Amino acid sequence: MPEALLEIRHLKKYFPVKSGFLNRTVGQIKAVDDISLSIRPGETFGLVGESGSGKSTVGRTAIRLTEKTDGEVRFKGIDLYGLNAEELRRLRPKMQLIFQDPYSSLNPRVRIGDAIGEALLDHGLAPKEEIRDRVLDVLAACGLSAYHIDRFPHEFSGGQRQRIGIARALVLNPELIIADEPVSALDVSIQAQIINLFRKLQESRGLTYLFISHDLSVVEHLCSRIGVMYLGSMVETAPRDDLFRNPLHPYTKALLSAVPIPIPKLKRERIVLSGDIPSPANPPSGCKFHTRCPFAVERCKEQAPEFRHVGGERFVACHLV
Amino acid sequence: MSTIGSEITKAGTAGTAPVRSSMWRQAARRLLKNRLAMLGLAVVVFMFAFCFIGPLFSPYTDNKIHLAQMNKPPSPQHWLGTDALGRDVLTRVMQAGRISLTVGLASMVLSVFIGSLLGAIAGYFRGICDQIIMRLADLLLTIPGLPLLFILGALLSDWKVPTEYRMYIVMLMLSLVNWPGLARMVRGEVLSLREREFMQAATVLGLRNRRKLFNHLLPNLVPLIIVIASLNVGGAILSESVLSFFGLGVMPPTPTWGNMIDSANNMIDFQKRPWLWIPPGFSIFATVIAINIFGDGLRDVLDPRPRK
Repeated sequence: MPEALLEIRHLKKYFPVKSGFLNRTVGQIKAVDDISLSIRPGETFGLVGESGSGKSTVGRTAIRLTEKTDGEVRFKGIDLYGLNAEELRRLRPKMQLIFQDPYSSLNPRVRIGDAIGEALLDHGLAPKEEIRDRVLDVLAACGLSAYHIDRFPHEFSGGQRQRIGIARALVLNPELIIADEPVSALDVSIQAQIINLFRKLQESRGLTYLFISHDLSVVEHLCSRIGVMYLGSMVETAPRDDLFRNPLHPYTKALLSAVPIPIPKLKRERIVLSGDIPSPANPPSGCKFHTRCPFAVERCKEQAPEFRHVGGERFVACHLV
Repeated sequence: MSTIGSEITKAGTAGTAPVRSSMWRQAARRLLKNRLAMLGLAVVVFMFAFCFIGPLFSPYTDNKIHLAQMNKPPSPQHWLGTDALGRDVLTRVMQAGRISLTVGLASMVLSVFIGSLLGAIAGYFRGICDQIIMRLADLLLTIPGLPLLFILGALLSDWKVPTEYRMYIVMLMLSLVNWPGLARMVRGEVLSLREREFMQAATVLGLRNRRKLFNHLLPNLVPLIIVIASLNVGGAILSESVLSFFGLGVMPPTPTWGNMIDSANNMIDFQKRPWLWIPPGFSIFATVIAINIFGDGLRDVLDPRPRK
């Protein structure tokens, strides 16, 4: 197995809940609760889960955009949380984040050319005279035109803005791109364009993606390995084909049975989960999924299942598998 | 500040690219439609022209003493009469305006500079910077401004500061009193801006603090700063007049609107010679009101928040 590009071990991120007169901490939201995953160079790892399951927090703590509570993150073997501010800043170009919202992630007062090119200047990655050319190259690679360079963000559509966000990350020649629901704010026809752009860029530049999404069909199209999150914990990771053909965890089964398929007459078993996702401030005891799991037994309420290796490249956290 | 950034975007298209700041153009268009604000602007422009160009057309100088022409009422020779030393009141009002407007503008520029720089640093870096700057601001805010200015003015008289320098010291005093309020507003705005996603994006790109502060935060602060600055000028003019009226600001013979009213500060002048105090009084009134009206109009078009 080649060395991992991004290695996350037992990562935890708790957000304090403050209230009252003295602003005391009265509880914790366990947004990410003991997650481990590793991403190899060149692969696309998909992270799926419903809203509030902590997918985005994993993405943000993985590049230290928010600080962790506990655990370890290694990027190319470097302990990210052991770096000081300047060392971290110097490492930033190698790991880029693409934001979910293409509207709020671009500064309304900065021209596109500046937004894309300025990081090259701050990192000394290109001499001043070449920056304009580099920006033009990356604009072209992302399907934007040269005359866009002098424009302001409000002159673009959502899809174009997302391309700008991608171009901004790409110009730095990153090795890892974390894409935090990059298409969920776009309409479907644009989604396809952006996803194909991700694919094309991976082929031409050998990029590694951590692709965060709640859309299983997007993930199936793009990712080679998939991790499923529930309430801050990883419940299953598996290569794409294994996961889609033979999901092991009951939550994964339920998710997959909810994916719409374009064959109206095909009847299939739909697993409907009852209730809502519990509050991450007060997660259920034992297996976090036992309150909604159709197969739950007594043991699930008491004992948290271990995240076990179950052969091949598959890991699952369930007593019953 | 936007040194390097502009090289990327404007380099190839210089001269041909139209100015694409449609946000500013929209704001200007909305401002032009606001009649009251335009009236305010017209009055401000008029006052500036009156004070800075007017004296060039006057046959008199502001401190030429004419004992034969003492306390004359308005006449074709002296449109607004003469004062106790036979000086032409109209000329003095114009000259006084130069000083008052200059003091107002200069102290605004200074307090806006100090206030927004310190406010931005406090809001952006937080922590100990924030604590030191904001506690200092709080300290200055807890002391009422006018008494503080009076004490400083009295100290100046005690230390026998030469009269020709007092004008500059008054500017400094006014800035000292004005910056804390400004710093608070700017800090508040920075606190909300720094949590915006585009600032996080700047962090992810690994931009330097200087670029994040000057190229990303500051341009978003400009509308707020313009609005605060315009409203600040009126207040500074007023404070200077008050100080000068009490003999603690700019000293005669340098005329300002405030000390001109002060020199008519006795029963006889007040009752019998209204031409001595009405013109400077009216000038203060008209200028400050006009600046505030214009500032309100600016706020309506530039600052989206306090719109009812």
